[in-house]
Amino acid sequence: MTARRPPVTDWATDFDHTDPQWVADPYPIWEALRTTCPVAHSDRYGGTWLPVRHDDVAAVAYDTEHFTSRSVVVSEVRPGSNDLPAPIGVAPPITSDPPFHAMARRLLLPAFAPKAVEALEPFTRELCRELLDAIEGRDQVDAAVDYARHIPLRVIVKMLGFPQEDADVFRRFIRMVLEDVDMSPEDRQAVEDERELEHYIDARIAEHQAEPQDDLTSFLLDAEIDGQKLEPDHVRGTMVLLMIAGIDTTWSAIGASLWHLARTPQDRKRLAAEPALMPTAVEELLRAYAPVTMARLVAKDFDFHGCPMKEGDWLLLPFPAANRDPEVFPDADQVLLDRVENRHGAFGLGIHRCIGSNLARMELRVALEEWMLRYPDFELSDPAAVAWSAGQVRGPRTIPTRIL
Amino acid sequence: MRVQVDGEKCQGHNRCYAIAPELFDVDELGFAFALHDGAVPAELEEKARMAVANCPEFAISIVETP
Repeated sequence: MTARRPPVTDWATDFDHTDPQWVADPYPIWEALRTTCPVAHSDRYGGTWLPVRHDDVAAVAYDTEHFTSRSVVVSEVRPGSNDLPAPIGVAPPITSDPPFHAMARRLLLPAFAPKAVEALEPFTRELCRELLDAIEGRDQVDAAVDYARHIPLRVIVKMLGFPQEDADVFRRFIRMVLEDVDMSPEDRQAVEDERELEHYIDARIAEHQAEPQDDLTSFLLDAEIDGQKLEPDHVRGTMVLLMIAGIDTTWSAIGASLWHLARTPQDRKRLAAEPALMPTAVEELLRAYAPVTMARLVAKDFDFHGCPMKEGDWLLLPFPAANRDPEVFPDADQVLLDRVENRHGAFGLGIHRCIGSNLARMELRVALEEWMLRYPDFELSDPAAVAWSAGQVRGPRTIPTRIL
Repeated sequence: MRVQVDGEKCQGHNRCYAIAPELFDVDELGFAFALHDGAVPAELEEKARMAVANCPEFAISIVETP
């Protein structure tokens, strides 16, 4: 189903974010580009740009005139005539442009504001303890599969008011959207034609319409813009967005943090000894292992630092590369758990700042707190078996771990 | 010392509120504002500097008062 591309030999002119070398360790690639070719270009995916310096990534994120968010996942398929046109896009507000973006976003913000997220902390903590109980007594565990991946999934499912046992259904949808960028246009179309996800969500919507609940689904069904209920496509698109954006990303951040601690005894010991350091450490782990690279489409022809960008070109927006720019972060490649000055962009910059950032941060902190309480000492049992996801969300999908 | 939040730049990262809830609060949408007209008691000056140094959008600034 997936056609593998030829390996990349020149990262400045032929980069590919699904190449095994990028997937395994993208940081040296970005570091080399930063000094030689800070805005790289590749003909792959029909033409894609790649800024790697913090300032350039920020400039693109702030420039909604020349870059549209109509599609934020690079693939062989650009948004077609079947998709909702700009400014709404298929998954508002992440795929929306101003001015519609602000309305669609404003609607969702209260559900993800710090005080709303605080209310979910006890559920999250209980969930983490439950997952740790389930692996109690084993000396070999997979920190990604047995622990990290369940946390954001079940939190989002709870927020939406969907059945907890549907976790596996969600997992399959997410894989399809985020990791199968190599799928041919024909294959992708075939998958989309089945409309499985749409049917699943429509069934949940119907249940909520029949019997409204105190959850995000009923909140969306009840929400209005300018006195009008949201279009069904808007509600469905936003739910897809929350599933896609809220799960793999946070799973990746929790997994990468545990992976770091498993291979870094001094940081593990320090966190175990100084639990009050956790909030600062969480920001540093987010900076160093930011999972999410966004994308834009060039909205109109223009010249960006001498690069002739054409309408319809893709642009990868690697916040993880921006976070490793030594111009902004001294010792950028070192994880300093007590880094005091840390303006990282792990959750993006500008108007599309990750709406779930408070939720993700809470989940990461609670997941690490509970893990460290239960297992203050652990290590990678098979470092070579750690596998990183391909695509725009980077995290370890398997972390064989030995409990010490 | 006083702190101020530029409402045009703030995107609701909520880093300031996490670092110095004595100095900043957030509205129901998650956008930050300075408490007590931005007044910073002497013992919180370090926290105020931390809030400035951790805002990803450069939305917070310190105004030294005579």
